Amino acid sequence: MLITRRVEFSASHQCAVAGWSEERNREVFGLDANPYGHGHNYVLEVTLSGKVDSVTGMIVDLKDVKTVLNREVVDKMDHRYLNAEVPPFDKVVPTAENIAREIWRRIQPHFSSETVQLHEVRLYETENLYVEYRGE
Amino acid sequence: MKATFRYPFSAAHRLHSDQLSEDDNWRVYGRCNNPFGHGHNYTVEVTVSGEPNAETGMVVDRNQLDTMVKEEILSRVEHTNLNVQVAEMKDLVPTTENVAYVFAEWLRRGWPRHFSSQDVKLDRIRIYETRNNRFEIEAHEVKQ
Repeated sequence: MLITRRVEFSASHQCAVAGWSEERNREVFGLDANPYGHGHNYVLEVTLSGKVDSVTGMIVDLKDVKTVLNREVVDKMDHRYLNAEVPPFDKVVPTAENIAREIWRRIQPHFSSETVQLHEVRLYETENLYVEYRGE
Repeated sequence: MKATFRYPFSAAHRLHSDQLSEDDNWRVYGRCNNPFGHGHNYTVEVTVSGEPNAETGMVVDRNQLDTMVKEEILSRVEHTNLNVQVAEMKDLVPTTENVAYVFAEWLRRGWPRHFSSQDVKLDRIRIYETRNNRFEIEAHEVKQ
């Protein structure tokens, strides 16, 4: 069975490759390359897989899931400028793909027991664009 | 091809296990252990799979599916207290994990009565407890 917890955070970012000219960045990343940055209301859906405990009827305590997501993701990224304030995005372009990978890296160790595993990270940058990552 | 349909319903529940002490119940379930119970606006998403009918262009007859979900699920749980009014949940803690299993089993059992001659299969059930928490079970996880 799968269980999914949704949280939101808002952050600004700029997508540009450090060694490239402004023109090339503009060509590849479009408006996202604006050097002053811009922001999104990100929506994060974290899906865990596991077996239902026969006594409690739960796979995992959702309060604990919320605590981990708040501590590892929301507290660190909410109302931040990712490029300047949240490593590794001082070196890595904070595309939705890379943010999803970084979120996976941060939370995966907390969901790797015998009974519950991290299954998928889905990150909506806007309502119309999301990426899914399963640690591949 | 898959098609998914959403059905909202509202119900009360209390998370409490007779196998746990009072303290452990509180520790495990927190506010969900409130002796008076509490409720949610749940949403069930039913996903079916099959080939679209050559004439109608539909994977499943919407009215038939609506009727089935109404008979097999909604009529049993809409505006009820899951702990005391749903027979299958009397000896079960009505966590949404367990509710998902019960719903999937109801659909599995009722399926042949509603879709006897059609090549449409139950693929998946998702239950949203709130907009932030959802639980998902695939048809093959339900015992046959």
